[in-house]
Amino acid sequence: MVEDVVRLGKDLVAASATPIVLGILAEGESYGYAILKRINELSAGQLDWTEGLLYPLLHRLERLGFVEARWQEVSGERRRKYYSLTDPGRAELSEQRRQWDTVVDTLKEIWLGPGEPRPLTARPLEGWA
Amino acid sequence: MTDELDGQFAQWRGYVKQRRAVSEADVDELEDHLRGSVAQLMSVGLRADEAFLVAVKRMGSLDDLSREFAREHSERLWKQLVLSGEPQAPAAKGSRRDLYAMLICAVGAAASIKAPELFGIPALVDDHDTSHRQFWGLNASLFVLPWLAAFLAWRRRAKPVVLVVLVALFGLGVVAANAYTLDDNSQSVVLTGLHLPIALWLVVGIAYVADNWRASRRWMDFIRFTGEWVIYMALIALGGGVLTGFLLATFNAIDVDPTTFVVFWLLPCGGMGAIVVAAWLVEAKQGVIENIAPVLSRLFTPLFTAVLLAFLVAFAASGNGLEIDRDMLLLFDALLLVVLGLLLYSISARDPLAPPGLFDKLQLGLVVSALVIDALVLQEIAGRIADEYGTTPNRLSALGENVILLVNLAWSAWLLLGFLRRRRPFESIERWQTGYLPVYAVWAWVVVLVFPPLFNYR
Repeated sequence: MVEDVVRLGKDLVAASATPIVLGILAEGESYGYAILKRINELSAGQLDWTEGLLYPLLHRLERLGFVEARWQEVSGERRRKYYSLTDPGRAELSEQRRQWDTVVDTLKEIWLGPGEPRPLTARPLEGWA
Repeated sequence: MTDELDGQFAQWRGYVKQRRAVSEADVDELEDHLRGSVAQLMSVGLRADEAFLVAVKRMGSLDDLSREFAREHSERLWKQLVLSGEPQAPAAKGSRRDLYAMLICAVGAAASIKAPELFGIPALVDDHDTSHRQFWGLNASLFVLPWLAAFLAWRRRAKPVVLVVLVALFGLGVVAANAYTLDDNSQSVVLTGLHLPIALWLVVGIAYVADNWRASRRWMDFIRFTGEWVIYMALIALGGGVLTGFLLATFNAIDVDPTTFVVFWLLPCGGMGAIVVAAWLVEAKQGVIENIAPVLSRLFTPLFTAVLLAFLVAFAASGNGLEIDRDMLLLFDALLLVVLGLLLYSISARDPLAPPGLFDKLQLGLVVSALVIDALVLQEIAGRIADEYGTTPNRLSALGENVILLVNLAWSAWLLLGFLRRRRPFESIERWQTGYLPVYAVWAWVVVLVFPPLFNYR
């Protein structure tokens, strides 16, 4: 595993959760376990989400109409809930993306500004929220 | 996957389903997740049981999980309390039909308590005319319990044969209440007035278990239902009291006297309706406060044990004899009844598979101390009944009840001991209690039907 794990603040996790899930669903229809695996993969194990975070979030996005769900039978009696992005979800994703770009660009300006380039470390981010 | 693993998944589902915030569909989704984790862990070399443990551990504590679900789905915690269910849930339609059936039965019960007035029989609460006190004392339960039984039979889709049995037994109740000519002051009037509701309540039990009356577990459910029903009735009575208080106070403030309305309409009709409504609440809201009766019995079992033991110690230390008077037997009947209630409601909530624990020992202590006290009382009383006053209906019924409860508790204590020594399963105690229900029914019917002629309608 990665030694220097970045522990994100609670608020940052909460704020970034929606665009992350919407972004993954933009790649195509998926289900809970696969989404969690994908997040793990994309963050190289740095983002460690719990089920208690993911599933209520998916249900909220469903309630808000950003994603839609359908059940599909897998292996006999069991069924799996697949989520896919809706048009309002796509619009929400691009809106979130615009906002996050603004934030990230601003931070880059501050930390890597033209005046005195500083090395970017993970440390100062801790507790940032 | 292996059968063993399927068993573990089933058990896990059982635990998760107890959480109100997590719906059936969510459990499916979470199980799918868990199975995904297990498969992945097994693919990297873990054995099935190891993989299951790790996967469950990774999912985090159920408390945390259901808290997160509750945050998103807070409506689930109380939604089922209000009249509408989730629109997409197939159960919603059924629960709305239940609501209508309940309303019909509650209104029916409320109307039938007023119906005798159409035939010139004064109202139950009419102070000016007491000539029909006896009629009401004997018949009151016959005006409401058939409605309750009808509601339950409807809910259980009772077969025609069950309906025939129910009608026959309520018919028998009508006969028992009205066939004998009793003096207003006779003991038999009071005894029938007390025992007929008990007999009829067990008839309601037949309606309750109509779908599967042979199953001991269904009768246990009925015992559970009875306890919850009592609690709902107490809550409704509290609310009704507040409502009535405000009604009286506000109308008095504008110089309109609502007393007649309250006494002649609100109290009798509301009370009768509440009996059906409480049953509907228990049925529809299973799970919302289903654990109240067992919680109360958990709370009071140690306290009652302490009081009984203290009484025994004081009795032995003081050397005073028991003062036997008329109400003594009734007092100790009531005591045994309370002990039995504590036992029943602890049983009803207990996981039959859990190993014996401290609480079971405490319960044995409670039952045994009640038995010892009762044995002392019986010993004091035994000789006196015959020579001092002779047998009267009151005395014989009190004695009979004492014996019935004593036998039940003595055998329960024996079974509990066997369970504590791991000689028998907990289920045997449950079966004994449900198997004993007919004894109460038979005794209640005997008091109602046989006692009056036996004692020359005294």
